[in-house]
Amino acid sequence: MEKALKDHAALAEEFIKDEERVDWHDGALWWIRQKRDIAAKNIPEWEALREAASQIKNNVLSNLHDYLLEFEANAQKNGITVHWAADAEEHNAIVYSILKAKDINQLVKSKSMLTEECHLNEYLIERGVDVINSDLGEYIQQLDNEPPSHIVLPCIHKRKEEIGAIFHEHLGTEKGVSDPTTLTRFARRHLRNVFVTRRAALTGVNFAVAETGEYVVCTNEGNADMGAHLSEVQISSMGIEKIIPKKKHLGVFLRLLARSATGQPITIYSSHFRKPRPGQEMHLILVDYGRSRQLGRPDFRDSLKCIRCGACMNTCPVYRKSGGLSYHNTISGPIGAILAPNLDMRKHADLPFASTLCGSCSNVCPVKINIHEQLYKWRQVIVQEGYAANTKVMGIKAMAWTLSSPASYARIGKAGRWVLNNIPFAVNNKFNPWYKQREMPDGSKGSFGEWYAKNGRNEEEGKQPETTQTPDVPLTDMHHER
Amino acid sequence: MSARESILAAVLSNQPPTSALPDIDAFKGTEQDIVSGYRKVFASIGGQVFTVKSLSEINFLIQENFDVSLRIITTLPALHQSGDGIELLSAEVSPHSYEDIELAVLEAELAVAENGAVWLPEQRMGQRIIPYICQHLAVVVPAERIVPTLHEAYEKIGVGDYGFGAFIGGPSKTADIEQALVLGAHGPISMTVFILDQTEQAVPDQ
Amino acid sequence: MTIGLFIPCYVNQFYPQAAIATLQLLRKLGVDVVYPPKQTCCGQPMANSGFEHLTQECNDLFVENFSRFDYIVAPSASCVLHIKDHLHSADDPALADSIRTKTYELVEFLTDVLQVDTLKATFPHKVGLHQSCHGLRGLHLAQMSELNAAPFSKPVRLLNMVEGLELVDLDRPDDCCGFGGTFCVAEEAVSVKMGKDRVQDHQRSGADYITSVDLSCLMHLEGILQRNRSGLKALHIAEILNATH
Repeated sequence: MEKALKDHAALAEEFIKDEERVDWHDGALWWIRQKRDIAAKNIPEWEALREAASQIKNNVLSNLHDYLLEFEANAQKNGITVHWAADAEEHNAIVYSILKAKDINQLVKSKSMLTEECHLNEYLIERGVDVINSDLGEYIQQLDNEPPSHIVLPCIHKRKEEIGAIFHEHLGTEKGVSDPTTLTRFARRHLRNVFVTRRAALTGVNFAVAETGEYVVCTNEGNADMGAHLSEVQISSMGIEKIIPKKKHLGVFLRLLARSATGQPITIYSSHFRKPRPGQEMHLILVDYGRSRQLGRPDFRDSLKCIRCGACMNTCPVYRKSGGLSYHNTISGPIGAILAPNLDMRKHADLPFASTLCGSCSNVCPVKINIHEQLYKWRQVIVQEGYAANTKVMGIKAMAWTLSSPASYARIGKAGRWVLNNIPFAVNNKFNPWYKQREMPDGSKGSFGEWYAKNGRNEEEGKQPETTQTPDVPLTDMHHER
Repeated sequence: MSARESILAAVLSNQPPTSALPDIDAFKGTEQDIVSGYRKVFASIGGQVFTVKSLSEINFLIQENFDVSLRIITTLPALHQSGDGIELLSAEVSPHSYEDIELAVLEAELAVAENGAVWLPEQRMGQRIIPYICQHLAVVVPAERIVPTLHEAYEKIGVGDYGFGAFIGGPSKTADIEQALVLGAHGPISMTVFILDQTEQAVPDQ
Repeated sequence: MTIGLFIPCYVNQFYPQAAIATLQLLRKLGVDVVYPPKQTCCGQPMANSGFEHLTQECNDLFVENFSRFDYIVAPSASCVLHIKDHLHSADDPALADSIRTKTYELVEFLTDVLQVDTLKATFPHKVGLHQSCHGLRGLHLAQMSELNAAPFSKPVRLLNMVEGLELVDLDRPDDCCGFGGTFCVAEEAVSVKMGKDRVQDHQRSGADYITSVDLSCLMHLEGILQRNRSGLKALHIAEILNATH
């Protein structure tokens, strides 16, 4: 089966086979979650900030139409050309046409998950435009022909030896070199040449301010700026939900973003773009690509509040142990699982089920998206739309029938335990996924219902259970040795 | 129907009933120990910080800490005038002509104690590319321009009249390779802040 | 007051001793407890699998069985959370609402309603507390590590009343065990890996017992412990709070 067709469970299982790697991956992301905790606990008003950010974004979604018009008008006054793209294809065509108009066939990009969603690079390369992802992690993934696995930490799943090998193969570094500083310095020199020679640069957008028509791009590496400030043509792509109403709201979001993402107080660079340089063209592309449809789903529209910090991925135990690539969607992890079904419900029907609904994600989310509740609700939608696997439907219907009637429940329950006790092979075999790595629970003691009928009643029969008949059951009896 | 019209129509029809904006004016920091607070945070994110009483002290520290045989530029006329090979930046020439600068010395509009960042509108950069393309960045921060948090910073910045402005919070960095922190990704390898404290009791460096 | 004892389906079948301990503990504390024998299930396994639309009969049965009681108490945080969040009745919504407000998990009942201050219990062992996600983040039985908020813990408060008991410190006090309902078989590899990591945390901390307010978590962890022939044992908190030797 091709990798693209495997579901999360199958891809996760492959990832987990290398237990040492999983432990390392899990540990790295948990460490980042802990750094977030330290940063959050350093701000006494942290929870109030989250609430404010959540309410600001609620307001944005409820007035998005007017804010988009306000932003467009102000951006245009500033000299920025504003484009609108309904879907990925339109977005990519717009980027290409901007470059073609200036006879440009080389582009340097900084991080934009939106353009990754749109598969922009492939589109441009097919048409003879060379594209380089300048964010180091994204550059490594590009060299390796693999999508980023995490929206903030694109190659968190790769060991430094693997990265060294990629550098050796594609960039000619010495074989066996894997020291992060050495590799980074090499990339610095190599990509510097890209920045100073390319005439066009593309960036993402973290926040677009309706009030002033400016937008903010946050990086740690400085690559967005290195590309933009030397370019003749600057293009920035943004999802329509990235709007915020007022300049001062940046104070709230920039205090939350980096602390939630990596535990830093702020990204090294928070660049506010408002007007082109003299002689420079600045373009901004507003992209829908499923966002207006999600906006129309009352149970799921809050997912559009996301500021793409990645905190939910870092905290999610399932993500940490399965890796971002097992979610087969550009945006992975918990937030990906509530965004993706809106884009393609059939392809991503498995994602809302790739969770134990533990709720950790919702509580690290800086804009208080109720992610775990939306995961639960997507499950209902996916089943109702007919995307649940047939075997699951049969099993659940049988369960519902059993549990809706006390008599059938008592019968089936007893039969189930009889099977466990007397034909262990029938259940304790390789066809029962529970049994693969766990012992079965012990059903030999009889049910509580049966015990209560014999020993427990007092109210109905007007007598207390005799202490000789019902001693505190000694703990040693209850743990059936195997 | 154009994409613009269809998107706006879909948004208008799908958006939920209005919910109010919260009042965020209550968020503020404290002025107490603001300079030492700034110093502590900036040092903790890998920056170098000096407290000085005059520009001539800055000049001296530059001679001490950087290779002055390489190209050093500044937007501060006083630094340029004090000789010692510090070039005055020009906004007229092509940004590409600054590809070889070793050190750029700029002055911040303001700085933020809670995160160590300086705010530079492009008027303070000379050219937009300067604080990114130099190998090392140094920024002069008058002590009285340090504010507690981003809330006060945006209050001071207001709408602003820049075509480009930036918070810069330290040397460029990446941790993309096994979470190992490396200073000097694509932007400057180091960042130095000179806190210019011209009040009577200048506090010694940490 | 009369309590209706709600015993989840799998507790009824596989962990009767935890149900017995719950009953005995409540009676020791002077509470009148009745177990309605015709109860079945809260419907959570189906609802969490996307089949909430099939749970109306479970809901109706629950209302029928439990509406007459002052309180409904269960030794299961996840089932109680499900009732609180999802119990509904087409015929009598007000009745369903009132049932939701009087349904309690055992620890929160002891802490919030009975306001227990002392327990005559002895359990001289090292115990690791596994914080069930539904109990912690759903029912707010304790403060979760994600929030910048004042610490508190209802289960720890009760466990500290047990003589001789030593609570151990874990590396990750509230990481999920990986049970997650049908997740435990649908995503078997991830589920087991999560459980193994939890078990190793308790092992490193020197615990003799892992306890929790949720037997679904314990059933999953116990399955792993027994497969690996570990000396560590899983025990529901009711059995510890009811322990006299």
